Amino acid sequence: MPDRNNLLRVEHLRKVYEATTGDVEAIGDISFTMDAGELVCIVGPSGCGKTTLLKCLAGLLRPTGGVVEMDGSPVTGPSPAMAVVFQEYGRSLYPWLTVRGNVELPLRHKKLSRAERDKLVGDALEAVGLAHAARSHPWQLSGGMQQRVAIARAVAYQPEVLIMDEPFAAVDAQTRADLEDLVRELHRSRRISILFVTHDIDESVYLGQRVLVLSKSPTWVQEDLAIDLPPERDQITTRALPRFTELRTHVYDQIQRAKRGQAVAPQSAR
Amino acid sequence: MRVLTPRRLRAVRKAVLGVVGLAGFLAVWQLIPTLGLINSQYLPYVTDVLARLFEESVDLAFWRRLGTTMTSWAIGLTVATVAAVVLGTVVGLVPVLRRATHTIVEFLRPIPSVALIPLAVLMFGIQRQAALVIIVYASFWQVFVQVIYGVADVDAVARDTARSFGLTRREQLSHLVLPTALPYLMTGLRLAAAVALILAITAEMVIGNPGLGRMIELSRSAGDAVGLYALVVVTGLLGLAVNLVFRFVERRVLSWHQSVRGEEAR
Amino acid sequence: MTAYTGRLAGPPRARGVGSRIAVSFGYALGLPMLLLVVWGLVATRGTSRFFPGPLTISEAFVDTWVGPAFVADVLPSLYRLGLGITASIVLGIAAGTVIGLVQWLRELLEPLLEFFRAIPPPVLIPVVMLLLGITDTMKVVVIVSGAVWPILLNTIEGVRATDSVMTETADSFRVTWWERLWFLVLPAASPRIMAGVRQALSVALILMVISEMFASSSGLGYRIAYFQRNYLIAEMWSGILLLGLVGVFLAVVFGLVERRVLRWYHGIREVNRA
Repeated sequence: MPDRNNLLRVEHLRKVYEATTGDVEAIGDISFTMDAGELVCIVGPSGCGKTTLLKCLAGLLRPTGGVVEMDGSPVTGPSPAMAVVFQEYGRSLYPWLTVRGNVELPLRHKKLSRAERDKLVGDALEAVGLAHAARSHPWQLSGGMQQRVAIARAVAYQPEVLIMDEPFAAVDAQTRADLEDLVRELHRSRRISILFVTHDIDESVYLGQRVLVLSKSPTWVQEDLAIDLPPERDQITTRALPRFTELRTHVYDQIQRAKRGQAVAPQSAR
Repeated sequence: MRVLTPRRLRAVRKAVLGVVGLAGFLAVWQLIPTLGLINSQYLPYVTDVLARLFEESVDLAFWRRLGTTMTSWAIGLTVATVAAVVLGTVVGLVPVLRRATHTIVEFLRPIPSVALIPLAVLMFGIQRQAALVIIVYASFWQVFVQVIYGVADVDAVARDTARSFGLTRREQLSHLVLPTALPYLMTGLRLAAAVALILAITAEMVIGNPGLGRMIELSRSAGDAVGLYALVVVTGLLGLAVNLVFRFVERRVLSWHQSVRGEEAR
Repeated sequence: MTAYTGRLAGPPRARGVGSRIAVSFGYALGLPMLLLVVWGLVATRGTSRFFPGPLTISEAFVDTWVGPAFVADVLPSLYRLGLGITASIVLGIAAGTVIGLVQWLRELLEPLLEFFRAIPPPVLIPVVMLLLGITDTMKVVVIVSGAVWPILLNTIEGVRATDSVMTETADSFRVTWWERLWFLVLPAASPRIMAGVRQALSVALILMVISEMFASSSGLGYRIAYFQRNYLIAEMWSGILLLGLVGVFLAVVFGLVERRVLRWYHGIREVNRA
């Protein structure tokens, strides 16, 4: 279905790494689209090339073949319409800058007045609940708070789509639940489109409106699953719904099949 | 492109570029006096310098002088290391001593060792002992400071573990303190080796005890630019050799240690 | 052992701030004072010509250095030292950043730089003398020619080792070239750069002294060598003392600057240790 609303369109994306031992095909053939305002989760077995896919989408890696289109124009490098939240917050935040400085850094080259910039930074820190920590350094904060800073930085950049690469893989379970709710909240209240990469099946079902299940490497999209849970979600009731259990079981089975390599690649996407 | 993998290609490229850089440097050096930018009295032709290097390398007297310098270096380095390890371990293990000696260390360490040259000359005249004073003083601090850091760096959890299992003092020293301090000691030793060489040659230049340094000073006062440049190249090669040897030893001794493994992984 | 630990871990006894400061002072100055006294006693009864007592030296210190000699000898030395260090830092960081960022340039120059670093710096004094004659410029050039290498090589290493995720972050947010240099590359390299500067300071001081001993008619190095040749032992010692003070001064200034520049770095290390 050709759709004018497509925000992000990925078609026949392919990525091959050259290595000493021979070429490695990380991504086989990935195609999907994403609409403005959607929250799409991508799950897959470990080592399936999730991070590679994400870097190709964000314009950090040049794909070997295929197209990534943002708002109808091809992505050839990092785009101002995207902001990335990396998994390794400790390495993605600059320890010599304060929390404020980190959030402000990407805004420096945008032609904004001092006041506008301050407003964006303050607003973003407010949104992640860190207004009080603006003058601290990242390393003075807990892991969960550091990742909030990274999210604030991405939000302040005002992207059309927020790309998150396993952002909560390195934080403890309780913090993780809080951060998941923060992502839902940002999505709902600010209408930010979010592409969320994770290896956690529960997380993908809990967060997403859609879940893309990836096959093992060389990767293709094994299933594009709509998550028909109510839009109001919370950690206790939503996760207790029978439908939630069904969905997560389904995704779990898909991943197991992907790991065993049982799923058959489609002859041609679309 | 298919024949050479990217990594191999990079290694080859690196080697080629390095050789090109070296050749380029020599060519520029040769061109400067040739074009008369600097008089060859002050910057001799590279070909002359290389020829002199060859002449020296077949001259027994040259090797004897080199041996003299390296003997001073070795004696100085050994004395400094032994003294620094003993004192450093004692001071590092006893917190009271550490606090009490802090001021003295912080005052004595920055004194440039060459400031002691006049004193050494007064005490020993133009002899190797005078040079040794300077060499030992300078290289002592390099090792001493590292040993203190190393000995004090013992992991608190590891120390508690050792205590809870009732390890004796001697066992703690050999199983806990030594392995922790060893990387620091090796770093100190590598730095000290370089410093000792610098001062061995410097002392010979300034004091005038026999060795490569005195040859440099003699070439200068005799206006023998070719000889001077040749000797500078020799000292550079010597420094390079000392660095390489000690880096190699460090790597071998600490092959089990994280910092070395990390370096190799990169 | 365990019984003691329990007691030590308890709440600290309320002790006056005054007495704590007194203890710190005792530790800081106790041993130096003791040594000075012992030295003084030994010197009064000893007969060693080469080791005058602390009082004699301090008298000589005041007589020698307080007054016109300060302007004639100390200031020129410090001026050359300051100029040499500044030039080394600027040159080392600027060239190091460029070489560190441009891979082919780095590979081209790497063997050469390794060689130049390995040359014992004082050996360059006769060479620079030959090229520039005995001038003030020559002394500054000598200092730079020795002190620039640790800064240059450390900067190259530091710039090269910029963390890949940090770089990708800058890429993804389309941070401009200058911003990247200023907010990413240089701060990331700053611990290495500062380590290089620390080494450079001691090299610079050594070169200042030797170049003055070698070829000068003023300056600290010249004065000390002059006192030695004329058997002015106490004066010579006072010169050594003054050089020590210059060394301590440099170390203190460096420590202050480093604490400021690398506050984040030490902060992280403290957090990790806790």
